[in-house]
Amino acid sequence: MSITDTPVWILACMVDDIEEEDVIRFDHGDRTFAIYRSIKDEYFATDGMCTHEHVHLADGLLMGYIIECPKHNGRFDCRTGQAKGAPVSVNLRTYPVKVEDGRVMIQVR
Amino acid sequence: MVDNDGRNNRDYSLTGRDAHFAEACGLANADWYHCAIPRKELKNLLKRQDGPAIRDTLIWISALAVTGFGGVWFWGSWVCIPFFIAYGVLYGSASDSRWHECSHGTAFKTRWLNNIVYHIACFMILREPTIWRWSHARHHTDTVIVGRDPEIVAHRPPDILGMLLNLFAIKSTFHAFGKLLLHATGRLDPEEMTFVPEMEHSKVYWVARLYLLLFVGVAAGCVALASILPAMLIGLPTLYGAWLAQIFGLTQHAGLGENVLDHRLNSRTVMMNPVFRFLYWNMNYHIEHHMFPMVPYHALPKLHEAIKADCPAPYPSLLAAYREIIPTLLKQRRDPDYFVQRRLPDHVVTNSDTENLHLAPAE
Repeated sequence: MSITDTPVWILACMVDDIEEEDVIRFDHGDRTFAIYRSIKDEYFATDGMCTHEHVHLADGLLMGYIIECPKHNGRFDCRTGQAKGAPVSVNLRTYPVKVEDGRVMIQVR
Repeated sequence: MVDNDGRNNRDYSLTGRDAHFAEACGLANADWYHCAIPRKELKNLLKRQDGPAIRDTLIWISALAVTGFGGVWFWGSWVCIPFFIAYGVLYGSASDSRWHECSHGTAFKTRWLNNIVYHIACFMILREPTIWRWSHARHHTDTVIVGRDPEIVAHRPPDILGMLLNLFAIKSTFHAFGKLLLHATGRLDPEEMTFVPEMEHSKVYWVARLYLLLFVGVAAGCVALASILPAMLIGLPTLYGAWLAQIFGLTQHAGLGENVLDHRLNSRTVMMNPVFRFLYWNMNYHIEHHMFPMVPYHALPKLHEAIKADCPAPYPSLLAAYREIIPTLLKQRRDPDYFVQRRLPDHVVTNSDTENLHLAPAE
């Protein structure tokens, strides 16, 4: 499936696929995303790869709203994608998320 | 490049032939083998705590204070020697693992505690904090990839004399002071430019100036007191206490495969006694550390248990590791293509797919 220029909602996972305060990887077409579930049962989505180097963030640790890259300790706020200091300096791209009937949907272009 | 003896020489510089070759072959920033581990178990191992590192740091600082005080108290008599030997190891060797763990941001849960211990340990072991933070990030991205990893200690052929000199940090300190002087004048060398981003350069320059100022202060203290005692406490222990860090450090990768994308083939896990593990902050579990670098040092024994079935057998002791390392390094002086092939579970590694990629055609 390819992603077009028109925003579309796509099914990323079911709510139970992610534990509280955790993250999973979601691949769609040739793109990869990280889907987060907070301790308050909120869901967020960002690009799946660290902006520093070629590492999947879904292998890292979510601490509150901070996702830590599993390789170099780069940290981002999963709500905003904001890079929180060296070795990362480029923010992550974030995506709108909605939950419908236990399904976690993300809006992508 | 082939030398006069027909040997394939490696280019370990980060801007040379093998650097370009590693990139062209997909060895740079590549995907590495990871042992399978359930997500829930990994999450528990990744969990941060302040307690273990606060306890260990208090013991470390107390031991530094006691041995340093003993050295000063008995200064001028032979009795000060054992105190300074112990102080030196705590200062010049234990700081290696403290620097290392805190650079990963995993030793403490609280970030500023990591940063404080990181900066203190960096000064003790004379590693400029910004340079080494980025250098170590590259070491983890491209572990023992020739032309990419700036922290390969045992080149092929190995510099045995340099390794022996570094038992007392002689070569490394000479090198570090050259870098300090360069950085203090507002410059980086071309290799450092490849892994330190521009936004960090000014930090490098100012910290280099600060380090030099601190050393000038220690020298001034020695002149004022007409004694080297201040330098015995600050500065010289980097040299006279370095030997144990060098002995530990060589076990990490020396003599193992280069250009392999599997930490089980280029790193060693060596079982050590509790005192060594305290001094080394469990970095003897080196395969585990490289495969999952965000697991804190205090959780590495548990990680070892979790993945050991998928790893080569650990070396039972430091002595066992050196029984392999010393003959390997000596052999590599004559035959740089020789390396130790680790035996993986269920099959024997006959050769790596990528180990010989450095054997590029002669230029």
